Amino acid sequence: MVAALSQEMDRDKSVVFLGEDVAAAGGVFKATPGLLERFGPVRVRDTPIAEQAILGLAMGAAMTGLRPVAEIMFSDFFAVCWDLIANEIAKTRYMSNGKVTMPLVIRTANGGGIHFGAQHSQSVENWAMMIPGLKVVAPSNAADMKGLLAGAIRDPDPVIVFEHKNLYATKTEVPEGEYVLPLGQANIVRKGAHATVAALAAMVPVALNAAELLAADGIEVTVIDLRCLVPLDTKTLLESVRETGWLFTVEENPRLCGWGAELASIAAEEAIDSLSGPIVRITTPHLPLPAAEELEALVLPSPESVAATIKRTLR
Amino acid sequence: MTATGHRAKTVSHLGAEAGLDDDELLAMYRMVALARAVDERMWILNRAGRIPFVISGQGHEGAQVGVTWALRKGHDWIAPFYRSIAMCMTFGMSARDIMLAQYARASDPSSGGRQMPGHYGDRRHNLLSVSSPVATQILHAVGIALAAKIRKTGQVALTAMGEGSSNQGDVHEALNFAAIHKLPFVFLVENNGYAISVPAVMELAVPDVAQRAAGYGIPGVVVDGADVLACYIAAKSAIERARAGDGPTLIEAKVTRLTGHSSDDQQTKYRSEEEMAFEKGRDALPRFRDQLRAAGILTPAVEAALTEEISAIVTDATDFAEGEPDPEPSTAMRWVYAEDWPSETPPPWGFGEGDGASHGSETAPDAGGAGAAGSGAGAAGSDDSGPGGPAAGGD
Repeated sequence: MVAALSQEMDRDKSVVFLGEDVAAAGGVFKATPGLLERFGPVRVRDTPIAEQAILGLAMGAAMTGLRPVAEIMFSDFFAVCWDLIANEIAKTRYMSNGKVTMPLVIRTANGGGIHFGAQHSQSVENWAMMIPGLKVVAPSNAADMKGLLAGAIRDPDPVIVFEHKNLYATKTEVPEGEYVLPLGQANIVRKGAHATVAALAAMVPVALNAAELLAADGIEVTVIDLRCLVPLDTKTLLESVRETGWLFTVEENPRLCGWGAELASIAAEEAIDSLSGPIVRITTPHLPLPAAEELEALVLPSPESVAATIKRTLR
Repeated sequence: MTATGHRAKTVSHLGAEAGLDDDELLAMYRMVALARAVDERMWILNRAGRIPFVISGQGHEGAQVGVTWALRKGHDWIAPFYRSIAMCMTFGMSARDIMLAQYARASDPSSGGRQMPGHYGDRRHNLLSVSSPVATQILHAVGIALAAKIRKTGQVALTAMGEGSSNQGDVHEALNFAAIHKLPFVFLVENNGYAISVPAVMELAVPDVAQRAAGYGIPGVVVDGADVLACYIAAKSAIERARAGDGPTLIEAKVTRLTGHSSDDQQTKYRSEEEMAFEKGRDALPRFRDQLRAAGILTPAVEAALTEEISAIVTDATDFAEGEPDPEPSTAMRWVYAEDWPSETPPPWGFGEGDGASHGSETAPDAGGAGAAGSGAGAAGSDDSGPGGPAAGGD
């Protein structure tokens, strides 16, 4: 995060960063330490606890020449500033007939697995995915985080970057120097001939671990890290589905209207003749996430539950 | 002055305090009267079935013209609301522009027919689009003020809304932030006493919205919205303060609402005839006219010429908008995103395969650029400065 923000703030003076506790404290997840010291209080700004203000300010600034990166501490709080996201930021380019642009990034901590309960743990990528005008990014590792955040900052449209809070502490090799990933390119993180497994963010390592378990049983699956929901790399997805004949989605969100439903719809529409069996979605059940470790672990997709579902379906 | 041939500017007693000469006073009056005439024509067109919806600024024009006159056109920014017809016209939109928006024509500068009628905006004039969720524009304006301060542009951002909208939480968040950082921002509340049908006593626990400014440590000024020059003076002072880096000001203009909330509202259900008769006396238009007559600025000859000119402008705007084409169906998917959508095999998020045929557009030169429809490679156009297609409208 810091690498991407520093890279882009060095490159482009119009990039500014604002949010609650992002400057002096370096972020409540310690995701942005050192930025205040490096870029100063004009470009790295602590705001009051006022999510509507954070996004409204970012919007006004983006319309008049800045490229703001705004942080909403928890994606659950999107609900208190949803007007700005869904009605304002997303629709301004369209409603102005292309005259007013909205080059801004909303960073937010998303997802569960750290026992924070129903209002600090949700996976809400699908909320954003269903709003025309927004782009939606959800990296699964630190290297992608750097490249995709940089790509999001350079993008001419509003981009929401969902940072999975259970991945903040994970470590991966991050490329040195300037590193930018284009939005809308999925990453095939494991190749296997028997099934395609599409996953996002923290569900990518879950799917990879499930693939290991399945390999022990002689089942080889392809795991696709979608990385972005909008734009969605349907090319990579459909090519893989046509090869394997099976599609599984691993989603952390509650089941109804999760992003996997859209993938299933696209695969059914575009590749039905290649399918060998049902498209199966593996999700959290339709419930608010509980905080207790035993309960949360029970309801979130796990390598074991993913592997079991895939094995049962393929049999 | 030497004999250069230029007419010396005359400043009458009326404009002296405001520092406005007679020509400017006349121009301000012309704008109040023109905005009223455009507004009145819109109601006729609505009742005649020509335009679907009207939301009116009648009774607010004096405050809007007075306040907007103090801004720097083409430099400062305004985030207006749906009654801001006079404000938008003072800041650069023409009667034609307003009518094009009402008719949702392709050449509508607000949005090319994409926005709801009455949601004016114009990028050419630094006018943000009106937003349907009320009060959100204050946050956009404060963001513009923040950017202006960061970039040291010397710009001031002003937003306007009714006292009804001022009860939204957005206002608190925006004023707090603007005050903390002393942003170049002016907040105009046009208090007409009603939030659609709910009277002010049911909306506010204090007599004046301006009292709330104290909670943010900023000045709150109450001004008679029917007094155009008082509004100008209040705004001038607030704008100077903002530009000097001393922070925001809340100006509350007490105005009246001469029409229903919108063309879909019947205010006789909740306002008495006595009240409406009384409210007519709080209208800035006749008051300003009387002031200018008394000062000898609005002579019978000038007034007759002005009336004729305004009538011609309104008729021209109506005829022009009537004659303009509707937006091209092929442009419906444009500008959801920048036109550089990267996907090579776009999913059916637009009209699906063969979109053009089933939607009346065979040509659709760059509809695919919206990145959605099946036929386009998803890479037409080249981002923001891209092709201003046949119906992209405007400049």
